[in-house]
Amino acid sequence: MNRVAITGAGSINSLGHSVKETLESMAAGSCGIGELSFRDVDRLDIKIGGQVKDFVPTTVFNRQQLSLYDRVTQFTLIAAKEAIKQSGITFSGELSARSGVVLGTAGGGVSTWDDNYRAVYEEGKNRVHPFVVPKLMNNAAASHVSMEYNLKGPSFTVSTACASSNHAMAQAFQMVRSGLSDVMITGGSESMLCFGGVKAWEGLRVMSKDACRPFSANRNGMVQGEGAAIFVLENFDNARKRGAEILAEVIGYAMSSDASDIVMPSKQGAARAIKGALIDAQLNSEEVQYINAHGTGTAANDKTECAAVADVFGKHADNLMISSTKSMHGHVIGGTGAIELLACIMAVKDGIVAPTIGYEEADPECALDIVPNQSREAKVDVALSNAFAFGGLNAVLAIRSA
Amino acid sequence: MDIGAKVIDIIAEQAILEPDDVTLESTLESLGIDSMGLVESIFAIEEAFDIQIPFNANDPSDGDFNISSVASIISGIEKLVAEKS
Repeated sequence: MNRVAITGAGSINSLGHSVKETLESMAAGSCGIGELSFRDVDRLDIKIGGQVKDFVPTTVFNRQQLSLYDRVTQFTLIAAKEAIKQSGITFSGELSARSGVVLGTAGGGVSTWDDNYRAVYEEGKNRVHPFVVPKLMNNAAASHVSMEYNLKGPSFTVSTACASSNHAMAQAFQMVRSGLSDVMITGGSESMLCFGGVKAWEGLRVMSKDACRPFSANRNGMVQGEGAAIFVLENFDNARKRGAEILAEVIGYAMSSDASDIVMPSKQGAARAIKGALIDAQLNSEEVQYINAHGTGTAANDKTECAAVADVFGKHADNLMISSTKSMHGHVIGGTGAIELLACIMAVKDGIVAPTIGYEEADPECALDIVPNQSREAKVDVALSNAFAFGGLNAVLAIRSA
Repeated sequence: MDIGAKVIDIIAEQAILEPDDVTLESTLESLGIDSMGLVESIFAIEEAFDIQIPFNANDPSDGDFNISSVASIISGIEKLVAEKS
């Protein structure tokens, strides 16, 4: 088994257009959630979200590219560029043949579906752009990354709703650890902040109209976000040999399925995934100092997640820190685990634990140290990142300071 | 059909019961309607009466709309329908 290093990270989301901006915003406890702006937003009940602002696609991509790149692919390519540049790796020859890209997304090109349904149904058009299918397909982003960087190894997209990117990163980790690949590009992205994307979520009646306040007794639901985060996972020894900066080491993961309900989370399923990650990473529970929570801000998730953490960690649950950065960037659905891994990297690398902002009122059912409202300086050696998806599919990753 | 009878029809269909088995005193829980069934019932009622019910699944007991029994649901809907017209 090989050790696995993270040697590159990139992101664009409502907190910033790069990892640096994102982490600065997280450390400052800034909120990226605000009023949504897109066509027909006035017909929505839910009018807030963590939207990427000040982003003008035409300044980054040319006309031909934009005819093929849905917003979700645009985010992915921007994040991939930053991550791969940081790693300093150029893919050619044998390295190229064995390196691939595994990404997570729940919805793929949602805006492309939305725009084109609108064209044929609402506007009565009988013709759509020839590239609708290659633009909306869930694997489009992964394929464009592979084409852009000459990645010819195992490449695919994982779709497990809100756990998509954690499942994707777990797959990529496993490939490097097992020696199947020396380098894998991984992470996830989502862009469903359009009329249809938000309207569908409204239907579930779990969305907040004002703010995402995970673990706070007065929380009233989740808030959607959008964006991408991409990482370069690399054989640790190779990374060290070539003198690359190692941001953190990925040390383990676990996946589990609740096998019980299509939307309600299960304490047992969540606990099995957390416990499984500790076992896979050969960790004693006392070694974990920080958990980036799934922390959606819904009643169902937050209570269940806190109970699962209390079950797995016992007394140590009161000593560790657990925060939900969704309070700042919103729930980025299939890309959320990737963006949240950035908070874990900041904790183990920079010793700054991102806060749960919007916290107003203690909830006895969520009585853990949720790092309320302000980030905290702390020495963190090991961090976990939780993701518990609709459909009961869970994936937890463990990282360690390098 | 009056509002009460229509609401009972919707709730009965959701609970997979005959309308006669749904009484005004029934609670949704006693009829076997879970949180997902509740969200579906609210949707069906909104569609039937073309109204907006203030309801957040995170805290169903919160807010102005009382879902503690079939009777309370019917009176809430009667109020919303009256406000509409």
